[in-house]
Amino acid sequence: MLSTFAKAAKGISTFAAAALVAGSVTAASAQETIKVGVLHSLSGTMAISETTLKDVMLMLIDEQNKKGGLLGKKLEAVVVDPASNWPLFAEKARELIAQENVAAVFGCWTSVSRKSVLPVFKELNSILFYPVQYEGEESEKNVFYTGAAPNQQAIPAVDYLEKEEGVERWVLAGTDYVYPRTTNKILEAYLKGKGVKDEDIMINYTPFGHSDWQTIVSDIKKFGSSGKKTAVVSTINGDANVPFYKELANQGVKATDIPVVAFSVGEEELAGIDTGPLVGHLAAWNYFQSIDTPANEAFIKEWQAYTKNSERVTNDPMEAHVIGFNMWVKAVEKAGTTDTDKVIDAIVGIKVPNLTGGTSEMLPNHHITKPVFIGEVNAEGQFDVVWNTDDLVPGDAWSDFLEGSKDLEADWVSKKCGNFNTKTGKCGGQAS
Amino acid sequence: MSLLSFRAFHHLTRALGRSVRFCALAGLVVLALAPSVHAEPVDDALAAFAADGFDDTQKGIDILVSSGHDSAEAILAALSAGKLMVRNDDKALFIEGKAGAFTDARTGASASVDAAKLKVVRLNNRLRRSVQAALGAVTLQAPSPARRIAAARAVQRSRDPAALPAVDAALARETDNGARAALQTARAAIIVAAKDAPEAERIAAVELIAAEANPDAAALLRSVQADAPQALRTAAEEGIAGIERSLAFWNAMQNVTYGISLGSVLLLAAIGLAITFGVMGVINMAHGEMVMIGAYTTYVVQDLIRDHAPQLFGSSLFFAIPLAFLVSGAVGVAIERGVIRFLYGRPLETLLATWGISLILQQAVRTIFGPSNREVGTPDWMSGAFQLGGLSLTYNRVAIVIFAMLVFAALLLVLKKTTLGLQVRAVTQNRRMASSMGIRTDFVDAMTFGLGSGVAGIAGVALSQIDNVSPNLGQGYIIDSFMVVVFGGVGNLWGTLVGALTLGVANKFLEPYAGAVLGKIILLVAIILFIQKRPRGLFALKGRAVEA
Repeated sequence: MLSTFAKAAKGISTFAAAALVAGSVTAASAQETIKVGVLHSLSGTMAISETTLKDVMLMLIDEQNKKGGLLGKKLEAVVVDPASNWPLFAEKARELIAQENVAAVFGCWTSVSRKSVLPVFKELNSILFYPVQYEGEESEKNVFYTGAAPNQQAIPAVDYLEKEEGVERWVLAGTDYVYPRTTNKILEAYLKGKGVKDEDIMINYTPFGHSDWQTIVSDIKKFGSSGKKTAVVSTINGDANVPFYKELANQGVKATDIPVVAFSVGEEELAGIDTGPLVGHLAAWNYFQSIDTPANEAFIKEWQAYTKNSERVTNDPMEAHVIGFNMWVKAVEKAGTTDTDKVIDAIVGIKVPNLTGGTSEMLPNHHITKPVFIGEVNAEGQFDVVWNTDDLVPGDAWSDFLEGSKDLEADWVSKKCGNFNTKTGKCGGQAS
Repeated sequence: MSLLSFRAFHHLTRALGRSVRFCALAGLVVLALAPSVHAEPVDDALAAFAADGFDDTQKGIDILVSSGHDSAEAILAALSAGKLMVRNDDKALFIEGKAGAFTDARTGASASVDAAKLKVVRLNNRLRRSVQAALGAVTLQAPSPARRIAAARAVQRSRDPAALPAVDAALARETDNGARAALQTARAAIIVAAKDAPEAERIAAVELIAAEANPDAAALLRSVQADAPQALRTAAEEGIAGIERSLAFWNAMQNVTYGISLGSVLLLAAIGLAITFGVMGVINMAHGEMVMIGAYTTYVVQDLIRDHAPQLFGSSLFFAIPLAFLVSGAVGVAIERGVIRFLYGRPLETLLATWGISLILQQAVRTIFGPSNREVGTPDWMSGAFQLGGLSLTYNRVAIVIFAMLVFAALLLVLKKTTLGLQVRAVTQNRRMASSMGIRTDFVDAMTFGLGSGVAGIAGVALSQIDNVSPNLGQGYIIDSFMVVVFGGVGNLWGTLVGALTLGVANKFLEPYAGAVLGKIILLVAIILFIQKRPRGLFALKGRAVEA
């Protein structure tokens, strides 16, 4: 009830809205703000990654307020802590939208947390900006995916290894949950499509927080001793990475022999490791702190000043939030309102500069265009870019390499549909 | 020589074939090279390095190797170590020495330059391989045998046919037996892959390599092409079969060592719990956080040592051990005095209260140190691996096994041979009787809990070497710890030892077949079945203490 009222108030012209608010809120002196929800875990397993994103959002909102806010109003961050607990994500999302009346939510990290809040965003019709690389196979009206889809990270990385390193044998190692499993399914289909044989692909899953990597690393070594050049494609997530890299270093697996390319290891994760023995291992991202552009330099400076720590690193999901937030601000300015449907219509086609010198655009499938970078770990715990795409790559919601997914297309402008089947010409449903 | 020039040509065509941008770069290099046509090749190489494109650098390496210039080794070594710098404005190259001193790469004379203007010549993995191979070729005649052996190994890994003349030359002059063997293996590695070598020579090379029973040798033999002559292929296949037979034995041994190593980690994590849960009967869900506090103590100690006494870094862990014991022990005593003593005999409430304490401790650490991982360095003497027969053992794992056994022995001594140990056993066996005998049971309770927590802190020092130092460190070990103590038999230290090692070895034998996820599930099911049969674990306590 309250939310419909608030929405109606926001929909009408500013004058009428002001009058209505003045009428309903007795304290006329209370300055109206636009609330922005921040839904990141500040405790539990994921706090290690998500706390940083909360800080970035606070910094961005702070900055926007210094520039005069949005639509003449100040922005107000509403921070909640879903505590790495997936059902709690849904509860907290409901709290943000229904009780706090936030105009948009920036949040989630793991795919399972995103899946858990989806029904809430659909039911209450609000907006979520999701900043992390993910497995694709999804496009929702209420969600904007500012992280990489598989074609913006995994596929280019595999191509790089094949061309530049001459890799013929592949270890797909991942943590046992939806993102690695789907990504590896796509990669397996992609590699087999290129003529890689079954016996040249080894797939290995480990539980979250796996800490004893002795057997797996020695298996990888053995798999790599077949005479063919071998590489590891790692979708190992979170805490398990540090012991994995430590074991690689100890068992003497060097990047020049068996390179490891990771999709979930960024500057933040390397902060906990001595990178000396890991020099040359790779990561594929759409942003690296080491990329030398004026925009990035300014961002790093600002971030280190905001956190009062000159050693704080930046990473890819942070940049995704920067892009997402700026897109949302532009869309709200364009629509002249924070009304969900109007902002969703206004945001497609919005272009904002990213931190690596390009201009990212919001696409009709609610993904964005991004450059792809391959970086090698250096001794300072940063990445040296060794390869990048010349142009920005448009994010593809539905993989072209999976049966049942390759015929699907997402278009929220002309087709108003997240899974339009080009074969049957109907919205919804998997391919026949 | 002809091979080399062919390679250079190949790289040039590849560079040209790439994109317009690379063409432009290649053009620039040619321009830069043009005025120095009459200069020495080493200048051309330096100009190529200064261009700092991956293809240019490759060309520079090739030129440098073929030049045979005196400074080639120094330049390559600097390139390999990331110490070759190019000055932004005039593209002059410098080598960074110790403590910010620079030498001119061309002349070797010391130079004073503004470090802010210098940029490292970048490498990627392809170049890194090529530099190491090149470095191997130029250091083959180094004065010390150890360096010659290392160089021979580098050549062996690269299997670069261009290095063959250098290897032959070095072999002709070699007097040291070890270096000679290494050179011969390196030479065999090249010959096996060389199509134009005589067949008999290649077969001899295969036999030489097959004698080295390790996975690398098998890899080398597998790389013999399918179109190779029949006799050569047969020899290679026999060699592989022989290597695999000997590897199968070592594999089983390797699994045992991995199992012992995992078991000793479990033992370290569980041994503190064997006191608080096993001896005192407190279901302490905050046990993992004691381990975490120990790991963070290590981090703080290392941080202080780095800032104030960097020369002591190698022994930082020895300072951390007693401190971690004291810090975790003190926290343990505080928890016991503050909360647990009101809850003796009420296991459910204890479980909930300690669970709450564990969350509080995690969040406190997160607030103080931040949510991200902290880097705990590994001292040099604990990094790397060594070979024992066909086993590859890493120093840090060996150190942890030894450390776990020492902690176990020390704890056993404390419980069996000291007054405190006697009092602990007396209080846990019959509290009222012990009290009547004049033992301060309150004090003993606090000390016992402190001892268990302190030992957990010591475990944290060891675990900081192999795991994340993050607020969640403890959570990963709490379930395993309870599993070990329950499986081994509550109240029996020996049970904990045997339980930990059994679980470790079983886990490592299951993992290669069932995978890490399924392996763990199978193990849990096995323990559930075992506990059904023997509810008191492997080594059940007998006597009146059990009923008390």
